[in-house]
Amino acid sequence: MTALTFTLKQEPAQRVDLSPLVCQNLTGLSATEIATLELYSGKRKLRADELFAIEGFDAQNIVIKNSSVKLDYIGKELSEGQITVEGDAGAYLGLSMKSGTITVNGNAGIFAACEMKKGFVQINGNTGDFLGAALPGNKMGMKGGTILVKGNAGERAGDHMRRGVILIEGDAGDYCGSRMTAGTIAVMGKTGRYTGYAMRRGTLLFWNQPGLPATFNDCGSHTLAFLPMLFASFRQLDSKFADPSTAFNRVKRYGGDMAEIGRGEVLVRI
Amino acid sequence: MIINGVTIDKTFAEAFPMKATRAIITAQNEKWAMISAQAMTGFATSVIACGCEAGIERVLDPSETPDGRPGVAVMIFAMGGKGLAKQLETRAGQCVLTSPTSALFAGIDSDKPIPLGKNLRYFGDGFQISKVIGGKRYWRVPVMDGEFLTEATTGQVDAVGGGNFLVLAESQPQALAACEAAIEEMRKIPNVIMPFPGGVVRSGSKVGSKYKALGASTNDAFCPTLKGITKTDLSPEIESVMEIVIDGLTKEDIDKAMRVGIQAVCDLGAANGIKRISAGNYGGKLGPFHFHLQEIMA
Repeated sequence: MTALTFTLKQEPAQRVDLSPLVCQNLTGLSATEIATLELYSGKRKLRADELFAIEGFDAQNIVIKNSSVKLDYIGKELSEGQITVEGDAGAYLGLSMKSGTITVNGNAGIFAACEMKKGFVQINGNTGDFLGAALPGNKMGMKGGTILVKGNAGERAGDHMRRGVILIEGDAGDYCGSRMTAGTIAVMGKTGRYTGYAMRRGTLLFWNQPGLPATFNDCGSHTLAFLPMLFASFRQLDSKFADPSTAFNRVKRYGGDMAEIGRGEVLVRI
Repeated sequence: MIINGVTIDKTFAEAFPMKATRAIITAQNEKWAMISAQAMTGFATSVIACGCEAGIERVLDPSETPDGRPGVAVMIFAMGGKGLAKQLETRAGQCVLTSPTSALFAGIDSDKPIPLGKNLRYFGDGFQISKVIGGKRYWRVPVMDGEFLTEATTGQVDAVGGGNFLVLAESQPQALAACEAAIEEMRKIPNVIMPFPGGVVRSGSKVGSKYKALGASTNDAFCPTLKGITKTDLSPEIESVMEIVIDGLTKEDIDKAMRVGIQAVCDLGAANGIKRISAGNYGGKLGPFHFHLQEIMA
């Protein structure tokens, strides 16, 4: 069966809420029913076929072609199947997704995979602020699953993160891992200022020495047994993280944020 | 049935349902993994007084262990799930957590997980760290030599305990040599342990005793020094009897282990003083698993 493909006809004037176009909602719908689905764009409602040329049948394999940064909420609460975005994705990509896979062959906007519960998100370009974070005012960010970013991430990656893994091949902005409760964030590139700010628990794993707040304390150099297992779990990914030559088990360990409960850790490759 | 001059009795071993689990202990090298495994499976010969039966199943190559270090697989058997969980936890806490460089992992999957390091984490006094890797939860407990890494749970499965056979020989050294040969072969069979010291028990028991406080006592029918004064099961030339007890995950696993063990004994044969192979049972009334010696060796 061919993938259910939505090809954007032209850049929309306003931002569009694409949350209805997820696998579990479209399974079992006829082509006509899918074409007449209403999508919010600003204060207007647009029919899906006004925005997209729609082809294919397999609702478990959705492709959004010619995508734009104005397409928000792609894969919101996705609970099964696979969504592939050819082009850029807007804000709130994979918001609260419960399962399945989202791949973006472009850049993603702010709040990508925020409050994600399970599944896998791969962003082959860059992503904005608040990757895997909590929505403003909420206390719990990402609660499970894996996010892979091949480019750079913005500020506040993993803010309020509770569980799961964020892998960033490029750089991360300021406040990486801020207010983290648990989980793992690995960054191969550089990180900005205030890394781990107000972090409670969790692991920040870095290939390069970050600039840490004064409230992180040096715990010395260590060989940690869990690291080879963690790296081995990345082997199936299409990523630099899967390359055994990038793995290590010898790290400098910093504990913090001591201004919080101080049970978080920043591990830096030696 | 006679094999190489050894009579195989027309009898059967009687075994019972048990609950079992497997754990994998790794360490910096095989020596320290083995030390930890030996400690964990110590004082675990019989459920009668030890609370469980435990043994080392086999040594694991680094390629077979979760953390890529040398390891040892241990198996623990108990009469019930609660007892098994308690034994596993106390033994893991006292014998593996304490052992230098050790790490502890699940060795069997099942839909009934039982705590492995789930509660040992509290030793970390709040400094312990959880990591979910590949869908499995691990605990990193800070200890004085670094970190103790343990998987949160392992699996509990239905199993069979108490498979056995008796080696009847003309002398004690000959009985022991035959049992050693049997154990060497039986240790190559997966999913089984022989929980007694070195895999061999010289004090087989019968149910009951003249003393009210005791539930089991010496199996006088197979004690060579009592041949003249009790209802003996021994012919005049038998001077020593030793038993091998087998616990396994399935009846088929025990079948295999008994077959290779008895065969190894028979290979030594009558020329080396081995006269008979027999087995312990309770008339078939107590245990649902029966291992008929002649069927196994057919």
